Amino acid sequence: MILIIASREFRTLFLSPMAWTILAILQFILAFLFLTQVEAFTELQPKLASIEGAPGLTDIIVPPLFGNAGIILLLVTPLLTMRLICEERRNKTLSLLLSAPVSNIDIILGKYLGILGLMLLIIALITLMPLSLLYGAELDLGKLFANILGLLLLVTAFTATGLFMSCIAGHPTVAAMGTFGMLLLLWILDWSAVGATGRSPLQYLSILRHFQNIQSGLISTVDVSYFLLFTATFIALSIRSLDNDRLQK
Amino acid sequence: MTTLIEAEHLTRYYGKYCAVNDVSFTLAKGEVLGFLGANGAGKTTTMQMLCGNLAPSAGQIKINGFDLLDQPKAAKLNLGYLPDTPPLYKELTVREFLLYCAQLHGIDKNSVTSAIKRTKERCGLTDVADRLIANLSKGFQQRVGIAQAILHNPEVIVLDEPTVGLDPIQIREIRALIRELGQDHGVILSTHILTEVQESCTHVQIIDQGQLILTETIAGLNRQMDTGTLQVATRLPSDIHSLLTIPGVSSIESITENRIIIHHSVTANPAEQIAAFIIAAGWGLQELTPVKRSMEDIFISLTKEHREL
Repeated sequence: MILIIASREFRTLFLSPMAWTILAILQFILAFLFLTQVEAFTELQPKLASIEGAPGLTDIIVPPLFGNAGIILLLVTPLLTMRLICEERRNKTLSLLLSAPVSNIDIILGKYLGILGLMLLIIALITLMPLSLLYGAELDLGKLFANILGLLLLVTAFTATGLFMSCIAGHPTVAAMGTFGMLLLLWILDWSAVGATGRSPLQYLSILRHFQNIQSGLISTVDVSYFLLFTATFIALSIRSLDNDRLQK
Repeated sequence: MTTLIEAEHLTRYYGKYCAVNDVSFTLAKGEVLGFLGANGAGKTTTMQMLCGNLAPSAGQIKINGFDLLDQPKAAKLNLGYLPDTPPLYKELTVREFLLYCAQLHGIDKNSVTSAIKRTKERCGLTDVADRLIANLSKGFQQRVGIAQAILHNPEVIVLDEPTVGLDPIQIREIRALIRELGQDHGVILSTHILTEVQESCTHVQIIDQGQLILTETIAGLNRQMDTGTLQVATRLPSDIHSLLTIPGVSSIESITENRIIIHHSVTANPAEQIAAFIIAAGWGLQELTPVKRSMEDIFISLTKEHREL
């Protein structure tokens, strides 16, 4: 049941120009950033050769690429998720799902996985760029993997937030704004902690910090479980919110 | 007779406003139940509760023996629902949409194609199967909505105002379809069009201000419509007081001097005596017609009575 809803959601995305446009623009911008990084590396190469323990090709190209992808996805995810539940409710199509023999958990997870499918496609397309360097150079595949994992965890969290906002908002635009505002706040939350010594709770809550930790190649349980908890919380909240629909309107 | 729906003491509040108040009824196989009510009477709320879109504030619903709250999946498998706005994904074609609905309702892979084909034929959608739902006319969209509700051959079909926005020919087709469905399913349809109930239902329920005020079979309702009223026209003005002495006559209203309406008890029909009396008195009997109360009259008088209480 979950997969039926997910595949419908995924295919519906491609029925409108939405998914195609996002894929095209994202790819174009990131390709541009990728090329600038490659150019920077070729310029720096002679200097780097003389330094002991200098950052390698992977260090110079991959983390900035994935970091920028993260920031762009912060802008794009709200647009993709805003329609999920909100629009179904506005068009009154939600009752089709509600009166079908599927549970609210199926509905929420189906919708979530549908969008996540598109996200995986985006990440796959991004990953192809550094992989193309394998033609003429050597990559630190471990570090590349850490970056892919980091971005993957990042989008799972983004999508879950977007889904929840779409559940509670009355209008898609409101859902998009809410998601964007919330994610941006969590992204910049540790700026206030700059200079502070010790671990402040704000620092722990910041998405950016956990993302950068994973990006640096240090995959720790703390960071991974932060994202998993984040995602699970918002999915659970979404299910609750849908349950609540039946109780009061 | 298998009982398909058992609704017991359904109550639903929106905040402090009570939309449905202690409504109980049952629906058996082979019945078409018409749910009548004015706008805002609680029809749609009741239907939404029956279909699990809305939780009742109190009360219990069993669909085909399965409690909607305890075993929602089993209960909903036996349920087809057309809400007041048909739930259609406008960006899909009719075929894609029906395929999705079939999958959602867990129709076996091998029988999906035949189920879709049968439903398309039943609802007259074969010619438009490959068109986008967004481009279909309102009437066809309504048909797709009905198709979606009957696709998985559910035991219980709930239709909320199924003929809204259709042209007269389509209305006739849909009514015929509802009667046909009623033979081997249980159908509930809500409407505020009274003739629709007379034409397609076997049972009727009138709901007003959230309360059930009438539960009747159509035959019973027809009997009620046959109340004792005669319209009499005479050439000369008739004497009301002497007519009142005829046994069985309960009251008389005069519309004009020459035209009166006689109310009498249902058991004893005094038409014969009245005719004999008028002829004997020499008033010149011109017309003696039994007056049938229309469904509108019953509906209006019942809701009026209920509100006065």
